[in-house]
Amino acid sequence: MIRCEHLTYIYGRGTPLAVQALTDVSLEIGAGEIVGVIGATGSGKSTLIQHMNGLLRPASGRVLLDDVDINASRVDRRRIRQQIGLLFQYPEQQLFEETVLADVAFGPRNLGLTEEEARARAHRALEQVGLPPDRFGSRSPFDLSGGEMRRAAIAGVLAMEPRMVILDEPTAGLDPVGRRDLLDHVRRLHHDRGLTVVLITHSMDAVAQLCERLLVLDRGRLVADGATRTVFADVARLTALGLGLPQVTRLAHRLRERGLPVRADLLTIEEARVAIREALAVRGRGPL
Amino acid sequence: MDLFKGLVLGQYVPVDSIVHRLDPRTKILATVLLLGVLFGVGAFAGLALLTAFLAGVALIARIGLRYLLRGIRPLFWLLVFAVVLQVFFGEPGGHPIARWGPVVVTRENVTQAAFYGWRLILLVLSTTLMTLVTSPVEFTDGLERLLRPLQRVGVPAHDLAMMMTIALRFIPTLLEEAEKIMKAQMARGAEFSRGSLATRARALIPLLVPLFVSAFRRADALAVAMEARCYRGGEGRTRMRPLELHVRDAVALLLVVAASVAALLRPAAG
Repeated sequence: MIRCEHLTYIYGRGTPLAVQALTDVSLEIGAGEIVGVIGATGSGKSTLIQHMNGLLRPASGRVLLDDVDINASRVDRRRIRQQIGLLFQYPEQQLFEETVLADVAFGPRNLGLTEEEARARAHRALEQVGLPPDRFGSRSPFDLSGGEMRRAAIAGVLAMEPRMVILDEPTAGLDPVGRRDLLDHVRRLHHDRGLTVVLITHSMDAVAQLCERLLVLDRGRLVADGATRTVFADVARLTALGLGLPQVTRLAHRLRERGLPVRADLLTIEEARVAIREALAVRGRGPL
Repeated sequence: MDLFKGLVLGQYVPVDSIVHRLDPRTKILATVLLLGVLFGVGAFAGLALLTAFLAGVALIARIGLRYLLRGIRPLFWLLVFAVVLQVFFGEPGGHPIARWGPVVVTRENVTQAAFYGWRLILLVLSTTLMTLVTSPVEFTDGLERLLRPLQRVGVPAHDLAMMMTIALRFIPTLLEEAEKIMKAQMARGAEFSRGSLATRARALIPLLVPLFVSAFRRADALAVAMEARCYRGGEGRTRMRPLELHVRDAVALLLVVAASVAALLRPAAG
């Protein structure tokens, strides 16, 4: 559904402080996919995703949504932003209304919906992120806990009813429980509602558990694009890029070093449980 | 969305040049001197000389002239306004060169307008140039040192300098944050540049509320961080890099004084 062709972007173009942030990035994301974007800090992840809903205009290259160039002059940018929801890092900073419900309804109201319809959408979005509107709707967003604020902000994007959501580090700064809760909600949005999801994160564990496909950025270039398992198989390369492996995959590598013949491309705890059992059975339950 | 692309004033350009290496006090004094001289100059020749002088300094400091000229952009309308006002409503009398009903344009007024416009541009450019070649920390260090004699008459030099450092330090941070919040709200369908003045003013609420919330939070965190490091004003505080005057500072100041005198000495003409 969305296609980037040879994107190049330069911050501060024409000043002595110009920095080339993206170089010739081409990729395509289909409807219903769940894609992870990984890369070291400053590799261009956030810059890339801001191109996908027209917040940044490429210096060269095109972004196509359903084969329409989103930066063409006759395209309504607001309609693009309705279809491609984008959640920035620390999105709780965008909350401003007096009540949670009003804040979540901000997006729908901007779309020109009636107050009633906007509120109905806000209700649904709050349900989806696990903040029951009858309990949270009338509270001030500034009285919520960190994790609740984060989820209210996500509801603010979901209330636009986008076809695709892009989440920039949605778990940054949350405690382990908050992190797991949030990722569960993302998983459910993808599974149950068929939402296309793009997830930027520094957590290899999160992408291993959630994403079918990974995009790897390095200094503004797309250096890998493939199935999660394939990308994590190239350990030497990931290490060279300053990235790690999911804990489960690391465990598999360690076990192999110690002589237990498990598969090296494990991604989830469940997979690991099965593989380690099988390997132990083969070895006849000898000591490690 | 490079919303604040036009903002050059206050943007330090970290390159290495002899101008950058000058003591901040030298640069501050030179700028103040130039500003004073600009108000005293009476002739085009003087302005031309100062323009050449500024261009020379920019060249030595390796600041592109086009980049420097961008510093005028925020003041463009003020400039237009001042010049137009002077052309059409300047002093009566003189040699008329055009006339629309009661409005008379005289040669004297056009010349005056050009003179004032040019002077305004130079005022902006000289201060812009100073901020481009002086890091904010150096600037406030220099300012504090220059204000120190006034402490005896009750001017809190250190506190003023510290407040200035903090303010300058947070301008880029807050701009960045404003841009981020703006983008986040735009992602939710907000528009900041459409509609009537009232609509636009209302559109700022989703930007300003989060910006203020975050500014207060930052101020709080900063205060705690400073106290945690035992900050208690300037009393007995030593410096990691004490300011030192070198020969080059004396030379630079002499050059500025020479240029100033030359600019002021030209006989009034035009």
